[in-house]
Amino acid sequence: MISYALRRLALIIPTLITIAVLVFFVLRIVPGDIVEFKLRAEGSDVSQEVIEKERVRLGLDKPLIGQFGDWMVGLATLNLGQSMWTERPVTEEIASRLPLTVELAILSMLIALIIAVPSGIIAAVYDSTWIDYSVRIFSIAGLAVPPFWLGMVIAVGLLYFFNWLPPITSPSLFTDPIGNLSQLIWPALAVGYRYAAILTRIMRSSVREVLNEDYIRTARAKGLLESLVIRRHALPNAMLPTITVVGLEFAFLIGGLIVVEQVFNLNGIGKLFVQAVTRNDFTLTQGIIMLIATVSLLITLVVDLLYGILDPRIRYR
Amino acid sequence: MTDLTLTPTVQRRSHPGKIGAFVRAQPLGAIAFVVIMVMLLAGIFAPFVAPYDPVEIDFASVMAPPSPLHVFGTDPFGRDVLTRIIYGARTAMVIGFLSSFLGCSIGALIGVASVYYGGKIDLVVQRAVDIMLVFPVIVMALVVVSMLGRHPVLGIDMNLILAIGIPIIPQVARVIRSAALPVRSAAFVDAARLAGFSGVRIILGQMVPNVVAPYIILLTAFIAQSILLEASLSFLGLGVADPTPAWGLMLSGSSADFYRQAPWIIIFPGVAISVAVFAFNFFGDSLRDWLDPKFHR
Repeated sequence: MISYALRRLALIIPTLITIAVLVFFVLRIVPGDIVEFKLRAEGSDVSQEVIEKERVRLGLDKPLIGQFGDWMVGLATLNLGQSMWTERPVTEEIASRLPLTVELAILSMLIALIIAVPSGIIAAVYDSTWIDYSVRIFSIAGLAVPPFWLGMVIAVGLLYFFNWLPPITSPSLFTDPIGNLSQLIWPALAVGYRYAAILTRIMRSSVREVLNEDYIRTARAKGLLESLVIRRHALPNAMLPTITVVGLEFAFLIGGLIVVEQVFNLNGIGKLFVQAVTRNDFTLTQGIIMLIATVSLLITLVVDLLYGILDPRIRYR
Repeated sequence: MTDLTLTPTVQRRSHPGKIGAFVRAQPLGAIAFVVIMVMLLAGIFAPFVAPYDPVEIDFASVMAPPSPLHVFGTDPFGRDVLTRIIYGARTAMVIGFLSSFLGCSIGALIGVASVYYGGKIDLVVQRAVDIMLVFPVIVMALVVVSMLGRHPVLGIDMNLILAIGIPIIPQVARVIRSAALPVRSAAFVDAARLAGFSGVRIILGQMVPNVVAPYIILLTAFIAQSILLEASLSFLGLGVADPTPAWGLMLSGSSADFYRQAPWIIIFPGVAISVAVFAFNFFGDSLRDWLDPKFHR
């Protein structure tokens, strides 16, 4: 098991290197860089000379292969360079935004599970009744509703029904947990609903499948209460596919966070990424892409390993 | 993401043919199709259906609430929201269809070719697909769109279509690859090889026709995804540019500043996006159930 985990972990490295190479060149295929954008943003006409000077200062005049070398060497030492816009180290920029996004991601995931697990079970147990149909409509709708719009509607709803606006400043989770949660719960709900829609579908179909198994018939035949049959016999087995999907659709969660952070004006990784991309801030964009790739790959690995722990029939070598 | 459990349709070429049969078997899918047609027609005939001009600014009625005059109210520039939603259908349908078509077609060709050539090529393609799937579609789309900038042809931003279509490619390639695997070992492919057909001819003439059913299902499903992605990009200010009416755009900019005072400026465009995506998803699901006899609920 441990050697399997280590081997898988080692395999992530070549994948990350490939991604690093691709990202570097993809960003630079098309001419045009941050310098013009940055200087022209101030509105005035800028001479070619000034542009060139700035380019030299940012190291953009170096040949591509040299820049590439810097990027790869930096990567090996976890030095992602400096943001071309703020000129602060990329790692610092990311680190200052990361806690908020991580918290938001975990909250969204929890909300999704809280919605999806019970509704998936209920839909499967009351198969083909109006309960099943309403759960299914609820989950298909979750895939159709844009998360950023849902966020706006939640904000309007809070204002109209409770005459309350989420606070603008971000209090820390540790000093003011209630203030922090009262701000973050709404964006998490907007992202979580969409995520819940996928999980509900998986949960429903896996519970339905498990309910047809022999051991469920045995449990029922020996006179076990139906609620116990579901809880002790069906649920643990049905959770496996759901856990897999929680991991596999992690990318989906990130996608939701990127847009929802804009709506609620949260200074997380998503907002930082949109800024970096809009400003042609190559170094920052690269850094965030590497972060997303690393996290995605690690989560897939963790899910695979978890699967082996939860299902004793699966043995890794 | 819609879970597309597709079983390949190798031997079976029987098409349940009639529209009537589809309506009877999938009544909800038929309703979804009607909704799609309504949106499509509204988009095509927008100048005749819409009550106002979509871009004309009217400062006399800024952010007017819904009334008989402006059924869905007006936005911060005094433009009629209903009119802009009708014209927005045009943008959503065109970009949604073209991006999905581009992504699905390239993806399907890659999937089929990868199966046909097999061996090392297949392995490399699979690895590439795995790497592309690490990234959320919106991340990839954002990178492409900011890299390429805008490139309008006949009022449609071609680079936006690329940006939405490219992230679809790996997802389609993966599904079509698994659908094409059994086709590869079918007798008619061997026969075509023995007859000396070229690889390209076998791929296009023998293999592709046998993955048409999953292709059409994917195409419908990804129109929904593309509409949603276009809306998200436009919302982030990197999609369709003002003053072109687009649903996602109607939720950004000044609307994002004023929606608390005038919720109608965001409610209706959001409903339009949701209904369109819902309809395409639902139609795609019904189509899958109908085209794929092995799939039982």
